[in-house]
Amino acid sequence: MISEDKNHHLKRKNKSSTQLIEMAEVKLLGVGGSSYSRRVEWALKIKGVKYEFTEEDLQSKSPLLLESNPVHKKIPVLIHNCKAICESMVILEYIDETFEGPSILPQDPYERAIARFWAKFLDGKCLEAVGKALWSKFGEEEEKSKQEAYEVLKIVDNELKDKKFIGGDNIGFVDVAANYIPFWLEIVEEATGVVLVTSEKFPHLCAWRDEYLNCSEVKENLPDRDTMLGFFKAKVLAATVAK
Amino acid sequence: MAEVKVYGIFAGPFNRRVELALKLKGVEYEYIEEDRSNKSAELVKYNPIYKQVPVLVHNGKPICESLIILEYIDETWQAIAPLLPKDPYQRAMAHFLARLIDEKFVMAKYKVCYGKGEEKEKGRGETCEVLKYLDNELQDKIFFGGDNIGFVDIVASYVALWFGAIQEAIGVELLTKQKFPKLSKWIDEFLSCRIIMENLPPRETLVPLYKAQFEAATQKASS
Repeated sequence: MISEDKNHHLKRKNKSSTQLIEMAEVKLLGVGGSSYSRRVEWALKIKGVKYEFTEEDLQSKSPLLLESNPVHKKIPVLIHNCKAICESMVILEYIDETFEGPSILPQDPYERAIARFWAKFLDGKCLEAVGKALWSKFGEEEEKSKQEAYEVLKIVDNELKDKKFIGGDNIGFVDVAANYIPFWLEIVEEATGVVLVTSEKFPHLCAWRDEYLNCSEVKENLPDRDTMLGFFKAKVLAATVAK
Repeated sequence: MAEVKVYGIFAGPFNRRVELALKLKGVEYEYIEEDRSNKSAELVKYNPIYKQVPVLVHNGKPICESLIILEYIDETWQAIAPLLPKDPYQRAMAHFLARLIDEKFVMAKYKVCYGKGEEKEKGRGETCEVLKYLDNELQDKIFFGGDNIGFVDIVASYVALWFGAIQEAIGVELLTKQKFPKLSKWIDEFLSCRIIMENLPPRETLVPLYKAQFEAATQKASS
């Protein structure tokens, strides 16, 4: 791994040495279809950091992935200067603190605490409730899980009332944490036939979704929708057979 | 009105973390004891989404979730007793370890306590996996934070004290000196620090609470 970086450094002669180091020494082990993996990519794009992406096969994980993340054995893993950082939200903070460029988190300690709180809510309670409801046809208590999902989505919708993004005028930490809502959620809705998000119910959420998908960091860095739909339809089929 | 307030419960590991951090920084605060079966209007107002402790209120503004509160405390009262390292990679490692304890370890412990058969066994394996990782992380350091108590030490107070009480309550011994020598040494060192002894509940008060909780859950499961 170290020798690969040195060779890369020698090949590109026209860039500044700082850029060369950045380019050679930032690697991301991920999966193109994963919202967790894309969070890290979008954060790197916000900062304008070049990186080398390796698509992992989750059925046959690479020795590098297993060595870099022995506890969880999961993507994404960011490798910077040969050091591995795991967990997408931990990686996001690392990226914000390490690289220059637009801030992902606010500067003020209270604003940072609020951003971290919303990110944890979106990554935790909200994601869980939404996921449970989307797959509720194959689980228990379909109506109850849908009600719980509506409640958490309403919280997000209210938060977006006077804002373009949750982070304010630009996409930030919380928006990146919530990335499954603007893109993946709708695809799973189509695959399962369970629709949670409508513009009548969540007008601000829908407006935010449209802005979000139009951001340059995002729109050129999304997995292919048809491929994702195929993936989720296969999961629906497997769940139907299991039931 | 006090500038800093902490809402917590006596035996609560998560609010005790917050209090430890404030004490290390020399920050005065007002403590409000909550009753989980009868939550105060203020708690619900300050934490409407989760309605739980801990909540830190600073100049009337609430902050929730213990790890988030710890970072807020560190960023607000920077001059004294820094809890997190300055280096971004070291900070990332600290965040990673904190999540490992709060997520994987806590869930694994739950499986050990309440899981049946295979799930219980899996819980034991996962618990030991995290303990081993923490043991390795310590290397030759006195504390996870180096020479002084830091962020990870505060979070790992859960392992040092509460997990010890849980083990005693349910009659299980996973965290042994033979298997985890560095971690065991850290626990002894950590729990004998004056500031820790003065600010964490005595283990003898926790064991009966966990025993009662465990017995109630076991009875409920078999009825």
